[in-house]
Amino acid sequence: MTDLGRDAWLDGEAGPVVRPYAMISGRTRPTHAELDLISIVIATGSGTRAAERAGPELNPEAVRILRFCHDPMSVAEISAHLDLPAGTVKVLLSDLIDQNFIASRSPALDARPAHQILEAVMHGLQAL
Amino acid sequence: MGSKRSDPVLPTAVKILIAGHFGVGKTTLVGAVSEIGPLRTEEILTDAGVGVDDLSGVESKTTTTVAMDFGRITIREDLVLYLFGTPGQERFSFLWDELAVGALGAVVMADTRRLGDSFTVIDYFEARRTPFVVAVNCFHDGKIYEPEEVRLALGLDAGIPVLLCDARRRESSKAVLITLVRHVLLQSQPTGRPA
Repeated sequence: MTDLGRDAWLDGEAGPVVRPYAMISGRTRPTHAELDLISIVIATGSGTRAAERAGPELNPEAVRILRFCHDPMSVAEISAHLDLPAGTVKVLLSDLIDQNFIASRSPALDARPAHQILEAVMHGLQAL
Repeated sequence: MGSKRSDPVLPTAVKILIAGHFGVGKTTLVGAVSEIGPLRTEEILTDAGVGVDDLSGVESKTTTTVAMDFGRITIREDLVLYLFGTPGQERFSFLWDELAVGALGAVVMADTRRLGDSFTVIDYFEARRTPFVVAVNCFHDGKIYEPEEVRLALGLDAGIPVLLCDARRRESSKAVLITLVRHVLLQSQPTGRPA
């Protein structure tokens, strides 16, 4: 049943040769458990400089994330724009946060949004 | 406008889930109101996440991915709303856990031709006490049901808003979201007046 023609993967249409888990050394759980799809992150000044250097301490995906996050960006948007699974993005971001290359703001996950936030959302939707 | 920010002020983000079965119009609704996309994020399903059922047909794969379409509405400079379309089948319920945590609330989209497909996700939000509304997407030619008929068919409490919508239309989709936020506001106000 071997079909070398179909399974040969070293051609232009093979897609990524590096699987997501390989980018993050087989880890599946981010060390920053607070990271959510709607956590908002931004590259710090040192993160921006590190991405410009693209030194050996950063893997290519980390560099891509830092370059993408010069403005505030959600985990979901990073995942979508860089075509990385959300779980992989969270693991990479955890490392970058520990290196002080990324600043983050995560939602309170133990409660619903506060009343004044709800009211602001309501007014914002009505004004759309 | 310096290029360096030493102490960035990051906006607050809130999320609303748009739940429902395949083809019910989740991505259409998101696209009707979102200022971007809709964009797609993927999560990898490992064997541990899938449970025992539905790997048949995937043959040799040990992992697969589940895609979620989402959109964004900037409410204010410091407040951003995200809408996540979430698959309604039970085998994706591990995803709902992550999505529902901290969510403002949920829209359950229903199709009167397949109302039974909405039970699982409604049960889930009821059990979790996630506030939700039911939006019946009337995009197809067919009998239009009254919201009260749908409420009876789904066995919903009188307090849960049920409305008809056309997810292709921005105003209609906006009305769905506004109904949800109003519903959540009433619940967050113990002394609030009845609607």
